[in-house]
Amino acid sequence: MTLFFLSSGLFLGWSLGTNAAANVFGSAVGSKMISFKKAIAVFSVFVILGAVFQGGGASSTLDKLGAVDAIAGAFTVALAAALSVFIMTKNKVPVSTSQAVVGAIIGWNIFSGNPTDYNSLTKIASTWVISPILGAVFAILLYLLVKFIINRSKIHLIRLDSYLRVGLLIAGAFGSFSLGANNIANVMGVFVTAAAPEKSIDLGLFALSGTQQLFLIGGIAVAIGAVTYSKKVMQTVGNNILELSSESALVVVLAHSLVLFVFSSQALQSFLISIGLPPIPLVPVSSSQAIVGAILGVGLLKQAREIKFNVIGGIAAGWIITPIIAGLISFFSLFFMSNVFNLEVAKSGSADKNIDPHTNTSVTHSADSTTSANDAYNYLDSIQE
Amino acid sequence: MAFFSTTKKLILDIDEFFNTIDKGSLVFKEGVSNYLQGNKSRFTENLVAIDELEGKADSIRRKVENELYTHSLIPQYRGDILRLMEKCDDTLDIMKQNLYQFDVEIPHIPKKLHDDILKLTEISVSAIDALIPAAKAFFRDPLAAKDRIHRVYFFEKEADKLANNIKRKVFHEYTELQLSEKTHLRYFTLHIENVSDAAEDVANILLILAIKRIV
Repeated sequence: MTLFFLSSGLFLGWSLGTNAAANVFGSAVGSKMISFKKAIAVFSVFVILGAVFQGGGASSTLDKLGAVDAIAGAFTVALAAALSVFIMTKNKVPVSTSQAVVGAIIGWNIFSGNPTDYNSLTKIASTWVISPILGAVFAILLYLLVKFIINRSKIHLIRLDSYLRVGLLIAGAFGSFSLGANNIANVMGVFVTAAAPEKSIDLGLFALSGTQQLFLIGGIAVAIGAVTYSKKVMQTVGNNILELSSESALVVVLAHSLVLFVFSSQALQSFLISIGLPPIPLVPVSSSQAIVGAILGVGLLKQAREIKFNVIGGIAAGWIITPIIAGLISFFSLFFMSNVFNLEVAKSGSADKNIDPHTNTSVTHSADSTTSANDAYNYLDSIQE
Repeated sequence: MAFFSTTKKLILDIDEFFNTIDKGSLVFKEGVSNYLQGNKSRFTENLVAIDELEGKADSIRRKVENELYTHSLIPQYRGDILRLMEKCDDTLDIMKQNLYQFDVEIPHIPKKLHDDILKLTEISVSAIDALIPAAKAFFRDPLAAKDRIHRVYFFEKEADKLANNIKRKVFHEYTELQLSEKTHLRYFTLHIENVSDAAEDVANILLILAIKRIV
């Protein structure tokens, strides 16, 4: 049964794989610098490694936003996020899995009566602004550095091409690892409280904790998404906003990877604390936002007039619409799951509360799920009124 | 590692290609000189040499083309570079055709015009001489390539001027020549001048390529 409930998370992982693989390797594959097969092989291996060995950091922030404590609730939240990603992708709107998950969790919070941790929400929402800006800043600095090196070293064009290919593969591997580390929280984060196995698996050299086992499954789903459905996205996403040269493609992939890395590296966080600097919050960020920011950074630096601002406008609209749609789908699906299938979508103690829509404060109700459903009815009525 | 050895071979092949064009231009200059001096055997050697060089350049170009597409190398510049090589190959082809026309049509060139024809050949070949280092530089330093291209344009203009002077002399001053001889000389002047025109065509492609890489 647990496996069945995990299926929505796996679906979300699959959706993430189709989009995110295109973010990491789209420009390289689109410009024919790296073959699709090679890109996917590297992506699959490193996204799983990142998820398993560094996926813990960002997931704890998501957990604070809303600890979905019943497996049916986690199933519904992940399904809502996956459905909104799927709907948006079908309508050719670039979508952020992170935003979909955040929207879906808030939907669960509202339905179950759990208060939303505004501190975590602010932390996450601020990264939606910071990550594209950071992507652009990284891209500008890296572009200047790469151009300086190329101009100084006077490498033969053919040799430069081979170096760029190797560079793109390494940057892509780093990007995939960072993506796995950062975005696995989106895919499996909601299941950590409700469905993580208690027993660790000892593999000799290292042991996989329950959460890591969950992340391994999620990572595999992401890899399958990349293998099965990302080819078309990759071939179109590469030069969608701006036609990229091979050097720019390397810069964009590196900048994107760095953004994901800084928001998921526990080691970097510990290092910053150790030298007395404020730590960077470990938050799942959108790889789409990071890549768009990086491409814009390169475009602005080159004063490229061919930046397609209408495409960017569409992407930005998607960033606003996604969490709203996910939140709505999540709320109504939870209502449906709770009343039609009589499934426990939130543990008692949390489900016995609901948010008063007028005061936005937690209101305590009786504990059983029927009452919770009645509260939801009342809430819907109040919205209609 | 195999990937890097392919890269190394390809770089050598491209350099070899441009060297072949360069050698071809020297053979052409020598061939015209030998024809004017009536040195038949040396001229025939030049014909054989330029023929071989043209074949060699063709074969290297096809090899490079094959390697670039087989290994999907430099996807952004592949088409432009192959066009550049094709156009360079055309200059060698024009020089070869010129020497063959000397061999087949045996134009009568008055002695007093020898210096002018030699000078025209030299200037036309100078356009090629200026082009080759620019083309080679493009692969490593596009800025340097852009800076060198102006020499090609300069020699092309000089060749134009000299060719016009020769034609004017032939039609205005050499009254002893028959119209058929004058027309024949006009064509040979034009053939030699075409070498620098072909170099200019390559320079145009190179300039755009260099700008594309610099931006």
